[in-house]
Amino acid sequence: MHTKTLAELAQGLKRREFSSRELTQHFLDRIRRHDGTLNAFITVTPERALADADAADVALDRGEGGPLTGIPLAQKDIFCTDGIRTTCGSRMLDNFPPPYDATVVARLAQAGTVLLGKLNMDEFAMGSSNETSYYGPVRNPWNTDCVPGGSSGGSAAAVAAGLTPAATGTDTGGSIRQPAAFCGITGLKPTYGRVSRWGMIAFASSLDQGGPMARSAEDCAMLLQAMAGFDPKDSTSVDRPVPDYGAALDRDLRGIRIGLPEEYFADLDPAMAQVLEAAMAEYRRLGVEFKAVSLPNIGLSVPAYYVIAPSECSSNLARYDGVRYGYRCRDPRDLEDLYLRTRAEGFGAEVKRRILIGTYALSAGYYDAYYLKAQKIRRLIADDFRRAFQEVDALLGPTTPTPAFRLGEKTGDPIAMYLSDIYTIAVNLAGLPGMSVPAGFIDGRPVGMQLIGDYFAEDRLLNIAHRYQRETDWHRRLPPEFA
Amino acid sequence: MEWEPVIGLEIHVQLLTRSKIFSGASTAYGAPPNTQACAIDLGMPGTLPVLNEAAVRLAVKFGLAVEAEIARRSVFARKNYFYPDLPKGYQISQYELPVVGKGHLTIHLDGREKRIGITRAHLEEDAGKSLHEDFHGLTGIDLNRAGTPLLEIVSEPDLRSPEEAVAYMKKLHQLVVWLGICDGNMQEGSFRCDANVSVRPLGERAFGTRTEIKNVNSFRFVERAIQFEIERQIRVLESGGTVVQETRLYDADRDETRPMRTKEEAFDYRYFPDPDLLPLVISEDFIEEVRRELPELPEARYRRFIEQYGLKPYDAEVLTATRALSDYFEAVVRQAACDPKLCANWVMVELSGALNRAGLEIDQSPVDADRLAGLLRRIADGTISGKIAKQVFELMWDSGKDADTLIEEKGLKQITDAGAIEKIIDEIIAANPKQVAQYRAGKEKLFGFFVGQVMKATQGKANPQQVNALLKEKLQGGG
Repeated sequence: MHTKTLAELAQGLKRREFSSRELTQHFLDRIRRHDGTLNAFITVTPERALADADAADVALDRGEGGPLTGIPLAQKDIFCTDGIRTTCGSRMLDNFPPPYDATVVARLAQAGTVLLGKLNMDEFAMGSSNETSYYGPVRNPWNTDCVPGGSSGGSAAAVAAGLTPAATGTDTGGSIRQPAAFCGITGLKPTYGRVSRWGMIAFASSLDQGGPMARSAEDCAMLLQAMAGFDPKDSTSVDRPVPDYGAALDRDLRGIRIGLPEEYFADLDPAMAQVLEAAMAEYRRLGVEFKAVSLPNIGLSVPAYYVIAPSECSSNLARYDGVRYGYRCRDPRDLEDLYLRTRAEGFGAEVKRRILIGTYALSAGYYDAYYLKAQKIRRLIADDFRRAFQEVDALLGPTTPTPAFRLGEKTGDPIAMYLSDIYTIAVNLAGLPGMSVPAGFIDGRPVGMQLIGDYFAEDRLLNIAHRYQRETDWHRRLPPEFA
Repeated sequence: MEWEPVIGLEIHVQLLTRSKIFSGASTAYGAPPNTQACAIDLGMPGTLPVLNEAAVRLAVKFGLAVEAEIARRSVFARKNYFYPDLPKGYQISQYELPVVGKGHLTIHLDGREKRIGITRAHLEEDAGKSLHEDFHGLTGIDLNRAGTPLLEIVSEPDLRSPEEAVAYMKKLHQLVVWLGICDGNMQEGSFRCDANVSVRPLGERAFGTRTEIKNVNSFRFVERAIQFEIERQIRVLESGGTVVQETRLYDADRDETRPMRTKEEAFDYRYFPDPDLLPLVISEDFIEEVRRELPELPEARYRRFIEQYGLKPYDAEVLTATRALSDYFEAVVRQAACDPKLCANWVMVELSGALNRAGLEIDQSPVDADRLAGLLRRIADGTISGKIAKQVFELMWDSGKDADTLIEEKGLKQITDAGAIEKIIDEIIAANPKQVAQYRAGKEKLFGFFVGQVMKATQGKANPQQVNALLKEKLQGGG
């Protein structure tokens, strides 16, 4: 059952070939068996899962329910779950049970899904390897010496290893796409504003966006259908109708033009280039035309991002002060001691690094030179994309420079770590939708191709990815140890 | 050397919305601690602010009332600092682009008028409260107030004395209460003032170094704090020192200001646009809609009262102190259809006095405008004298009956029958031959004695003008 796509599972449930309880139990068993190795879950919720499953079975027995009814899912531990602790991968929130559901959680529950548990992640989503988690690193199911990517590393590893049929992730600079690529699954970061951020713990508010991580584009479409839409509780969510993503999947690609950003291919690793060449050949057979485009300011994305994201994070994380909830240091002497020790003990090194960078960048006298400048660069990058989308329907490039690296390989070198998101970050700065689609292997480790769409063109992206997946089986491969 | 004080005020006005500026929690005052703070007000992870349109409406209303520019696009920013009663570690405020731009307000002082510039007014959220008592060395945090909408109104440094500052503050207080955008309750912190004070040699154009006095919450304390601060700065300068730019606190018990933090210790608030909120865009239609809701403003009504009713400026000012009082006065004038000055006197003296003694507001008055007008009509048409009217007013206050009923019941109708008055005068002249003789011998001040006797005999009901005329005639006639 763990090798099936959501569409296949939904069909099986609808036909009552198996119950949601059986399906849920199967995944709970697999979590018990494999998660000791992978460490993909921070919290497993078997009782809640089986109760959800039983409720779904009642509906399914009556012939009721939608396409996701009875489907087990796991949530990245950045999404608040009412009464279930939500840690954001941090000691700071180790003891935090939110009194509300994130909109994404509520919508997926409303759609009848079953909650298996909460997935491991880099602390406060700050990291590209899942090594900054207070709960320890997650391992890559394809090679357990390697990282799964981050920050949605638990989500990617759990889906790849068949511990959950699908998961949610969040993407601030590549945190859905990069781990999806490293683990050989399909992940979609929607347009900024497409999916509500209510109850999704903020890292960098103007960049954060939740999205689906699953085995295929079709599965992502099913999940996004339930996740997307305007939410009056999030002022930055966009009030715009949600298209029928499923209906768009099989559209013909003939005449579609896909742009190849020169800057993405200039210094590309030859093995990665080969993978992308093969994917492009597949697309040409489907009638796609390719066109070289330029994104001249894209080289500035990483520096701009590492001003904007830490600036927002330094403010977003100020609320973790030990006063109202979460971690509090023992026996504070006075207010200052409470603040200093709570935050010194509650946050990990990477989070502290970013708070320091952001606090500096926003300081009087530096604001114009850093934050304001970075925002201007951000506009230039968005303009680059805007120009490109006047000529093409989507862009194609690598998701990452390399396949998954080894645990510990980059933890001593933050810049090297940051550069593993070099191809994904610009998409967040521009607020565009982006996907990672499994496209092959390098040294036995999966790699992904990245598809970038125009604003709110998730349907087009899913269509382009799905037609590719109809012709290829990269997304069907399973890591041998977890087959 | 002669010194000139330069003062600017920053006034925080709590806006009268039912719910908070960024959440649905109630803004009602006085609930048990932390019962009116929802997840958003508590700064819980993942929560997000959504702007309350009602707060924007009130801000625009204020802006229009001071003839300010309303920004078609304004931006919410985060003001970052750590404090236990600031749940998110930042306050959502407006920084570079406030919703209300330059406007002005006219103050009246000692018969002069002065136009005071308003630099800007911006929307922001209030913080919670730190409670230092009752916690044995600990601090209690009450977040009920966190997220209450505030309009911070910043004046130009146009004020030149503590008296002007207070006049401006009172005028602003009058306006925001008049507009119904603030309850004006200073004890509950609905209207709070920070004062920026500096002094310069008279004639000098450049400003001196200023200090900021924080959170002074009564008109009297503002005046005293500013006065103290002016004198302190002059003392410093005249003894050859320099004023340090700093924030000071006013201690009402000692009547002095004390340093709180210097410029070097000032917070770096690291303002940046709040990425959780889109820019606030206000349409022409919205502005016009609010403009249509604007009542006649106090200054306009003040001028109209002078012009239309011939009131003295002082009376017009007193009667337009609140919208309710001025509405009451106009209702009396309309229904009494008699001399507006008589109406003004009665509202300002008899009615206001009675309300003060009873500790009541005008809208709680036991005598409504209709009934007071009924009373004034009887003075105007001579049914009762002004003196009897005061008696009737007291009876009205206690009984809830109208003037005509009371005049009838108590037989207070003025005696205007000349024959009847003559008869009484004759009796009194007959009964007091000694006084009559003295009067006629030139002791004219005895006239009052005779008036008193007539009034006593008629229980005050005799028409005083007639009594005077007839008495004069009779007393002289006999001579």
